[in-house]
Amino acid sequence: MSRAKGAIVGIGELKPQRLTSGLTTLEMIAEVSRLAVLDAGLEPAAIDGLLVGPQVGETPQHVPATIAEYLGLAPTMANVVDLGGASGAGMVWRAAAAIEAGMCDAVLCVLANNREEVAPRSPNRNPIREFDVPFGASGANISYALLMQAHMAEYGSTARDFALIAAAARANAQLNPDAIFYGKPADVEAVLASPMIASPLHLLEIVMPVAGGEAVVVTSTERARSLRKPPVHLLGAGEKVTHRAVSQAPSLTSGPLKSAMARAFQQSGTRADEMDLLSLYDCYTIMVATTIEDAGLCAPGAFGAWLNDHDLSHKGAKPLNTHGGQLGFGQPDLAGGMTHIVEAVRQLRGEAGERQIGKAGLALVTGNGATMSEATALVLGAA
Amino acid sequence: MPIDLNTLKTAGPTITALTRPFWDAATDGRLTIQHCEECGRAIFYPRPICPHCWSKRLVWKDASGRGRLKSFSEVHKPGHPGWLPAAPYVVGLVELAEGPTMLSFILPGTRPQQIGDMLLLAPTAIGGRVLPAFIPVESRAEEKPQ
Repeated sequence: MSRAKGAIVGIGELKPQRLTSGLTTLEMIAEVSRLAVLDAGLEPAAIDGLLVGPQVGETPQHVPATIAEYLGLAPTMANVVDLGGASGAGMVWRAAAAIEAGMCDAVLCVLANNREEVAPRSPNRNPIREFDVPFGASGANISYALLMQAHMAEYGSTARDFALIAAAARANAQLNPDAIFYGKPADVEAVLASPMIASPLHLLEIVMPVAGGEAVVVTSTERARSLRKPPVHLLGAGEKVTHRAVSQAPSLTSGPLKSAMARAFQQSGTRADEMDLLSLYDCYTIMVATTIEDAGLCAPGAFGAWLNDHDLSHKGAKPLNTHGGQLGFGQPDLAGGMTHIVEAVRQLRGEAGERQIGKAGLALVTGNGATMSEATALVLGAA
Repeated sequence: MPIDLNTLKTAGPTITALTRPFWDAATDGRLTIQHCEECGRAIFYPRPICPHCWSKRLVWKDASGRGRLKSFSEVHKPGHPGWLPAAPYVVGLVELAEGPTMLSFILPGTRPQQIGDMLLLAPTAIGGRVLPAFIPVESRAEEKPQ
């Protein structure tokens, strides 16, 4: 295996909630950042790198400076990572790269969002707004429905195949008291019986939007050795961005994660079938289906049979999204992608409690943004 | 009784000086798209440079209006409230005969649509503006999907 590029040494997570009344995103960023830095056992002043998301709540511009000031930090590297659901994974390798480049030593990567009863409509003035919205295609549901329909037509995959993914996520969420669907399992029949939103996509195949926050602290492997928690090493990473609107997607049945994962495996000297945990971005069931196929875990079109053949729980040989995934945990906007990183760190540290997987040496984490457009993959390893 | 799509209170296009020829043609019931004189490819949506070769030698040409349904969705819960009275309705990805793909509104044919259906341009007044919608054509052409 190749040399680690950096280490995740601290994690923080806020319990998701449907609505926040009066809470600002900056306040939530402060809460979750504190948790991650405490977990790392670092003094706040030791944080000299800061990676944040775009358009944080009330702050559309100067986001890193606003957050640095709010947290009392004076970073020597500060930036926005704007890759939708791939932002969290995109932050981790950028943090390691910035440390390697000598710009900083300990990077806080943080994403959070509040959620009010009435959300403002998107202020988009871009090609999607001009060429998709006037025809009745607003929002991500329709875009992912188009991907799902194409997969079904090309490979004969069935509604039941996709429902397996949502049911598995709900089952895993029953071991995560923080998950929004804790205490609310849903089997395949329930998923298929849920309302059709945009055919062939059912309601329970779509993440529940929630408020929440996630943070990780990244430092060098050398520095990580002296910190309080077992480090989780970044062994490989890959990224690819291909389009924004679904009409411009180079393929409807395979995405940029294919290339991103291949690079992450190549950098880390690992293979998909060696992963002890699959922490795969799951905004919709189709996203997991495509990722399983693009990872090479099964042939294109064969994800349904693969799911049927594997136990996806923490007890199985192919644990998938043991925190419940976003389909079971809830999607705290851009922070949703970071839940897959935080859970992988818990598992690789052996801190996952009653949902701890057996062998926990390697984890694949994926992030996906827009319509299977922005992709980042990480291979993480226990120290 | 299907509703009159023209009465919908939907969001119209956010037209720019560059994209105006596309929307002006749409109002006339035509579909016009840019072609690159450098690499010979047709492009969608309109841009100041060709996304394939970055040439600025782009010219507008009327498209044939023929296309193939690459994917579709019957929308039951629209993302924009203006579309609620029309639900369920169908949107689809239309692979134009000229090459590029655009998203459009798919009018009902005589039978349920399927991926691979051949489509024809069917200018339709939606929300107070004529848009380049498409309709499945009866005889499914022999052409293999690309």
